[in-house]
Amino acid sequence: MEKKKSKLSILINGIIRENPVLVLVLGTCPTLAVTTSVTAAAGMGIAAMLVLICSNMAISALRKVIPDTVRIPCYIVLIAGFVTIVQLVMQAYVYDLYESLGVYLALIVVNCIILGRAEMFARENTVADSFFDGVGMGLGFTLALCAMATIREVFGSGTFCGMDIPFLKDHSISILTMAPGGFFVFGCLIALINKITKGKGVKRKDFSCDACPSAAFCKKRAFSTPDDACGVKDEKSSEN
Amino acid sequence: MEMIKQLAFILVSSVLVNNYVLSKFLGICPFLGVSKKLDQATGMGVAVIFVMLAATAATWPIYTYILVPQKLEYMQTIVFILVIAALVQFVEIVLKKYIPALHKSLGVYLPLITTNCAVLGVALNNISDGYNFIESMVSSLGCGLGFLLAMVIFSGVRSRVEQADPPESFKGLPITLVSAAIVSLAFFGFAGVAEALFL
Repeated sequence: MEKKKSKLSILINGIIRENPVLVLVLGTCPTLAVTTSVTAAAGMGIAAMLVLICSNMAISALRKVIPDTVRIPCYIVLIAGFVTIVQLVMQAYVYDLYESLGVYLALIVVNCIILGRAEMFARENTVADSFFDGVGMGLGFTLALCAMATIREVFGSGTFCGMDIPFLKDHSISILTMAPGGFFVFGCLIALINKITKGKGVKRKDFSCDACPSAAFCKKRAFSTPDDACGVKDEKSSEN
Repeated sequence: MEMIKQLAFILVSSVLVNNYVLSKFLGICPFLGVSKKLDQATGMGVAVIFVMLAATAATWPIYTYILVPQKLEYMQTIVFILVIAALVQFVEIVLKKYIPALHKSLGVYLPLITTNCAVLGVALNNISDGYNFIESMVSSLGCGLGFLLAMVIFSGVRSRVEQADPPESFKGLPITLVSAAIVSLAFFGFAGVAEALFL
C-alpha cells in the first residue's frame, strides 16, 4: 500500500478504475436482481452506499481493537447492525421502495463489496480515507446499477423511472426485464467495458478467488492448498 | 393428502420454477466461480443443500420461539447471519473430527457458503412466506436441489463454452454470463408447471 494517496484519487478509484461491479465483479446478485427499474436500482445503490460508508468507518476506527483471528465475524456483526438500521429507516420513510427491494435489502449483509472493502481497504487505512473509499465505491456501485437498470428499463418496458417513453413503450423487449435479460445485459456491459478499457492498463481480474473478498478468509482457515478453493488454477494443476 | 400435495408443490416450484440461481439471482458467485468442473460443481451443490437444510432447521425455531415472543423480529438479519456463520463453523469442526471422508469432499466448500446469499436468502424467504417448519424444510431442500441442478447443467454448458472462440472483448466472464442467460431462458419454460401439476 503506497502511503500518500490523495482523497480525490481514492474517491475516483472506486468510481472508475476499480468499479466494484463492472471491473472487480463483486456483488453480482443485487446487480442482476434489482436492475429491472431505475428507481429500485438507485434505492439499492444508496442503501448499500450508506452501509458501506458506515461499516468502512467503524471498521477502520476499530481496526486496532478487533483481534485479527476473529475479524470476519466481527465485521459481519458490524455490517449486519448497519443493514438493520438502514432497513428500519427505509421501512419508516420509503415503504414502497422497501417493499420492492424485498429480501435483497437484508442481503446487503452478505454483499461481497462491503466485506471486501472492509478486508481490502478499511482494515489498513485511516477513518477519513475509509470514508472516501466508501463514498467512491458506493457511487461506483450505484452508477453501475443505474446504468444497467436504464438499459433494462428503457428497452425492456419502455419507461424511465416510471415515465413512459413514446415509441419504445409500444415496442418493448420484455425479456430484458426478466431473468435471462439480466444475465445478458450484464454480460454485454462487461464486454463493453473490456472493449473500452483495453490497453489502458486496467488490470481486470478474472472471476476467481483473487477477486473474492472471502478468499483470504477461506484460504487461511480451510484450504491447505489454496488452489483447490474455487477451481481457480485448474488448468495449471491438470497440466502437471 | 392435501398436505403432501402442498409440499410437492413447494418442492417443484422451488427446484424448477423459482430456481434460486437462474430466476432469483441468489448465489451467483459460486454459480459463476465454481462451475468450471463437474465434480467441483457437484460438491458445492451438495454442500449448499446440506447447509441450507441445517440453516433452516436452526433459524426457523429461533425466529418462531425466541424472536417472535420477545418482539425482536427486527433483529432477524443479525441473528440469522450469526447463527448461519456459527453453524457452518460447527458443522465443519464436527465433520473434521468424526466423518473425515465427508469433510474431505464437502469441507472445502463450507467456509465459502457462510457468506453465500442463497443460504441467508432461503432462511429469510421461509419466514416471509409464512411457511411452517415442515414446509420450510421442504422449500430449503427444493432450493438446494435447484442450486445443484443449475450448477450441474451450467458446468456442462461451460465446458463447451470454454472451447469456443468468442470475440476478444467477450472472452472470460462476459461470454459466461451470456451463456447463463441462455440456460436461464431454458428454465423460463417451467413457468406455470407447478401450478398446472398440483393446483
